Amino acid sequence: MIYSKTIDLMDPVRLPVIDLLYRLADDGLIIGHRNSEWTGLGPAMEEDIAFSNMAQDKMGHALAMYNLLHEMGEPEPDVLVYQRREEEFRCCSLVVLECFDESARTADSPLSNNPTRDSLLAHGDWAIALVRQFFFSAGDEVRFAALAESTFAPLAALARKFRGEIKYHTMHDEAMLQRLGRGTTKSGQRIQTAVDALWPHALGMFEPTNHDKVLVQSGICPLESELCDAWRESVEPLLRKSGIDVPAKANPIYGGRSGKHSPELTALLDDLQKVARLDPGAKW
Amino acid sequence: MVTTASTSRGLDLIWQALETVCDPEIPALTVIELGIIADAWIDNGRVTIQMCPTFSGCPALDIMQSQIKAAVQGAGFDDVTVAVVFDPPWTSDRITPEGLRKLKQFGLAPPVRCSGVVREDMLHNVACPFCDSKNTTLESIFGPTLCRAIHYCNNCLQSFEQFKPV
Repeated sequence: MIYSKTIDLMDPVRLPVIDLLYRLADDGLIIGHRNSEWTGLGPAMEEDIAFSNMAQDKMGHALAMYNLLHEMGEPEPDVLVYQRREEEFRCCSLVVLECFDESARTADSPLSNNPTRDSLLAHGDWAIALVRQFFFSAGDEVRFAALAESTFAPLAALARKFRGEIKYHTMHDEAMLQRLGRGTTKSGQRIQTAVDALWPHALGMFEPTNHDKVLVQSGICPLESELCDAWRESVEPLLRKSGIDVPAKANPIYGGRSGKHSPELTALLDDLQKVARLDPGAKW
Repeated sequence: MVTTASTSRGLDLIWQALETVCDPEIPALTVIELGIIADAWIDNGRVTIQMCPTFSGCPALDIMQSQIKAAVQGAGFDDVTVAVVFDPPWTSDRITPEGLRKLKQFGLAPPVRCSGVVREDMLHNVACPFCDSKNTTLESIFGPTLCRAIHYCNNCLQSFEQFKPV
């Protein structure tokens, strides 16, 4: 059965599709926000520009999916981004991870008084940002390759559009991973440390949900565990090629897909929704 | 839907109006040459234009949408809807031959045809839009806007931007 339009989605398929779109849109919004935090702070100008571009691309993907949700009866994108509470977000923990340490966030810290760039960089771990981006874009590639064949036509159309843009992300991420993995002893160690720390979170991109069965049976989206396997088949050889050890068996970190998030998301939303909360009707 | 003589004349007016709308970031190119007009039709006097975004995160989308609407209204149609669609997906293959020529004239290396599949070799040894030499180096696959990559010409010793194949 092909679902050509949003109105073709009836129960029991409708709610699982809505849930899937929230997961993917929220992932896009949050990683877009995280990557945009490096604008002006990138370790090299080309990386500053790369992260800013990739952030903008993912914001665009998020907006397209929020618009599709709105077509299906959910609120407008601005409401979804600026007014939802933390527990309503469906992003995975990987995209929420903070790159800048706690002291960067407190009122007494240099960040609140126009600090120098060096001081800011001292508080930020770019290895985390890069490895997170590498894991995420590899997941995106696998996910949207599968969704390009989805029986839900509007989502398949979005997936076909996103894939070309994601290709530039994976090209960038694989190249930087290799350069740093095989760069110096120090760069290799920092990448290994980041890979080890992020691996359980990355597995959490494919957290199983109660909707998986319906999505699989209707041909809308493959099983999360299948997508995870495809993701591992892609990233493991790339890690080895970069001189990085693949982490041993790890327990995936779940919870994000059902609205359970770390305090890092609370702080992120405090930031992102600050103006909207002060003045709910504000336009900018 | 039967196309009457008046509908046909109406469509001509619409396409003429669309030819006056340019990309705000690359003003040399019209929206038609850019290949972002997916479809246009008139139904009982109501006009619908479908546009497909070049890049999903393109910040000029809203501006182009309202400029398209204004241009078509200016051609004498009151009821105009401009919808953003992802089917067909925009690819750089949709840029017309005239559009490719104008990009080069503007100083942007035009994208090679890619059938919607990007390969890394499409980004190396790109012809310099100033001196045509292929002795060029890819500096960054990302640039000042989503659609541009940055290269350096070892022949005429200038940086140049490439419209990314996608």
